[in-house]
Amino acid sequence: MKQQTIAKLLAGLTGLGIALGVATAHATPEQDRQEFIKYYTAKYPNIKLDDYVYGALAFDADSKAQYDAIMEFPPYESQIEKGRKMWETPFKNGKTYADCLPNGGKQIAGNYPMFDEAKGKVVTLENAINDCRTANGEEAFKPGDKNTFGFLTAYMRTLSDGMLMNIKVEGPKAMAAYEDGKKTFFARKGQLNFACASCHVQNAGVRLRSELISPAVGHAVHWPVFRGGDNLVTLQNRYTGCFKQVRAVPPAVNSVTMNNLEYFHSSLSNGLPMKASVFRK
Amino acid sequence: MAEPMRIRATMAGDVADVKVLMNHPMETGQRKDAKTGQLVPAHYITEVTATVGGNTVMKAGLSGGISKNPYLGFKVKGAKAGDKVTVSWVDNKGDKNSADATIG
Amino acid sequence: MNAFRRNVLKGAAGAGTVAVAVAAGLLKPTQALAGAPRSAFEAKNVGDAMKSMGVSAPADSKDITIKAPDIAENGAVVPVEITSGIAGTTAIALIAEKNATPLVADFDLSGGTQGFVSTRIKMGQTALIRAVVTAGGKSYTAAKEVKVTIGGCGG
Repeated sequence: MKQQTIAKLLAGLTGLGIALGVATAHATPEQDRQEFIKYYTAKYPNIKLDDYVYGALAFDADSKAQYDAIMEFPPYESQIEKGRKMWETPFKNGKTYADCLPNGGKQIAGNYPMFDEAKGKVVTLENAINDCRTANGEEAFKPGDKNTFGFLTAYMRTLSDGMLMNIKVEGPKAMAAYEDGKKTFFARKGQLNFACASCHVQNAGVRLRSELISPAVGHAVHWPVFRGGDNLVTLQNRYTGCFKQVRAVPPAVNSVTMNNLEYFHSSLSNGLPMKASVFRK
Repeated sequence: MAEPMRIRATMAGDVADVKVLMNHPMETGQRKDAKTGQLVPAHYITEVTATVGGNTVMKAGLSGGISKNPYLGFKVKGAKAGDKVTVSWVDNKGDKNSADATIG
Repeated sequence: MNAFRRNVLKGAAGAGTVAVAVAAGLLKPTQALAGAPRSAFEAKNVGDAMKSMGVSAPADSKDITIKAPDIAENGAVVPVEITSGIAGTTAIALIAEKNATPLVADFDLSGGTQGFVSTRIKMGQTALIRAVVTAGGKSYTAAKEVKVTIGGCGG
């Protein structure tokens, strides 16, 4: 088994800026995505691109077998069921989420986050749900709240299972939001001075103590996850955890920084199938 | 009130593949509440019984060492599609639950 | 996450809660009759658990297959599958040797149920998972080590 010490991990980081950050600074999102894939596939020629949706599990058959065993009958089914009830319960005005979201809310999760030209900013799926709520006279949910957004999106995203991630970055404003997200991804931060890329590009597939690190491609397709079987974690809550793990102050959930990061990060998974919701350790 | 149990039963050759997911906290009685620091009282399923077509096919004794929302899978030879599978449990507080499904 | 892990560790350090429940009249004796007696589930070590189950010196058997991870993704949910190829298997007991109460489950199989059970267990620490199979009045056993680590990124 490969063991990677912190010192070795840090030593491995020196080439990062050259490897990806600089080379892709002004590339198109599609070029960026291809660059990421080229980087990973050169390093791990035996792992199929489609398996990147399994994250670190793609690198370890023993872990993947446990995932498969648990996914056969996931322990969090009652939480998804709660989300289904929320989704199906009409607002006070009699309308439903399906009435105000595109395509009745089905096969759309892979389009989010999207850049809204009129608003001039990135709109996440959670934002679209809140827009729907407020337009129908309901109170907006609190960003990142497990008991509302968590359950609701855990169910709602199952309606998009199999849809291919399809993040569009069109126009200068969208490009600026994308570049801002990319900057967050590659910027070193926190007392440990790590970037997102330090772990999830440079050291993807490598063990950090007992942990196998997942690649950034394939990350965004399967949220929320149920850690340990029933602890629901949304994508931006997971970002918060990453910031804290490198001893950095996390930006607020649903802040422009977080939403732009999700925009960039999601586009890396373009073309990969959505799968909600999954077990993670 | 206990939440519903889920049962999936399918034939694979002449063997019925039965999978059950129960909703239960399975508290061992030794875990402390993160907020209050108090022990969370023991609350776990102690016994599960499964019948196919009215005949008992499995009787299990469990401890708190079974994961939260317990999963059980077993295989019954000689069962037929259309047979009724019934699974019931009782926990250490005397709570009970039961559900059935038809082998598909 | 660490708090959760610690809770699991403490959780696995179970004690004789059922005994208390029985003493307090919460459990009717009839509820504790299937297969292994409840006292076996309260035993603090493998030897005592086996003694309560009426098992002594089970023979090692290569006909018992334990499908469990080499390294558990999460000690709170460790998938375990036991298959007994021994003819006339009537019971399968599942033991996590270093759990504070090692006997996790005991399955009595009848009416055409094959020598197979699949479940998910909690493990407090790296330990052997042991299966004890009863067939034709005799006991057989096999074990597999499962490593439990602390941590998790969950990406």
